[in-house]
Amino acid sequence: MNEIPLTHILFLSTALFFIGMYGLFTRRNLITMLMAIELMLNSVNINFVAFNKYLYPDKLNGVFFTLFIIAVAAAEAAVAIAIFINLYRNHRSIDVEETEQMRY
Amino acid sequence: MTAYQIIFYLISAFVLATAVLAVTANRIFRSAIWLLFSLVGVAALYFWMQVEFVAAVQIIVYVGGVVVLIIFSIFLTQQSGSQLPKPPLKRSLFALLAVLFGFAFTYNIIARYRFAPVAAAKPFVVPVSAIGEQMLDTKQHGFVLPFEVVSMLLLAAMIGCIVIAMRPVPKEKANQKRTAPVGAFGDNLTDLPRPAAEPDPVSMMEEKTT
Repeated sequence: MNEIPLTHILFLSTALFFIGMYGLFTRRNLITMLMAIELMLNSVNINFVAFNKYLYPDKLNGVFFTLFIIAVAAAEAAVAIAIFINLYRNHRSIDVEETEQMRY
Repeated sequence: MTAYQIIFYLISAFVLATAVLAVTANRIFRSAIWLLFSLVGVAALYFWMQVEFVAAVQIIVYVGGVVVLIIFSIFLTQQSGSQLPKPPLKRSLFALLAVLFGFAFTYNIIARYRFAPVAAAKPFVVPVSAIGEQMLDTKQHGFVLPFEVVSMLLLAAMIGCIVIAMRPVPKEKANQKRTAPVGAFGDNLTDLPRPAAEPDPVSMMEEKTT
């Protein structure tokens, strides 16, 4: 049944992580940087589920870690977007180069 | 090559291609839509790994929540059709170099590591009832404490979002509310509200004493 070796799934998640990192390096818009961070969190989740499935099939810990990471990522995205909207109200821009102070 | 393998490679190619488009697209709205496709591909990967509950949570939270939130914030903060400025060549070149180096490094480590094969590979089944029982278990391997902590975290994030995104009361309005009655009484009961820029000495003294 498991003809796909574990390493192929790990290669997939590694590639996804570094794609997200490329986006984080090149983009200068806060919303697109948040999207890149979401991609990186997803690659970590894939890793947790893959390790749980292939190495410890009788436990559920990887699934729990994935669920908690999803919850924390949702909270983080909500707070980040609230900050972006507040920043846009004060500066009329959400570019990181023009954002020199976050105090108002 | 069985259908099982072909499906895995198809899903992974889909996820990687849409992720690359999401981080390189010129228009921010298209970038958000490519991110949506990539997250759906990751959910398909969870279905392929037979963890249906995690796949459902992924679709509900990411596709239904986070991406919709991102799209709304794009609508609120800038014109969705506007082009993003291209990154300078130097920055994208060095980012590409750093990313390629990191990928090669990690690839090398993973390819050399010999994962212990699971003895008599047991079927990996995740019944939702087992997840629920272990999530609310107070014994040794239960996850009730992280569960409660995450609930507190979500509450704190909700309150924080409301406080951060709340529009502050404009300063002039607050000043008017505070000083208008003082000016009206200091002006011998005329109905005209005085401008706050030139208060009479009496009201100024009153303000100093208060």
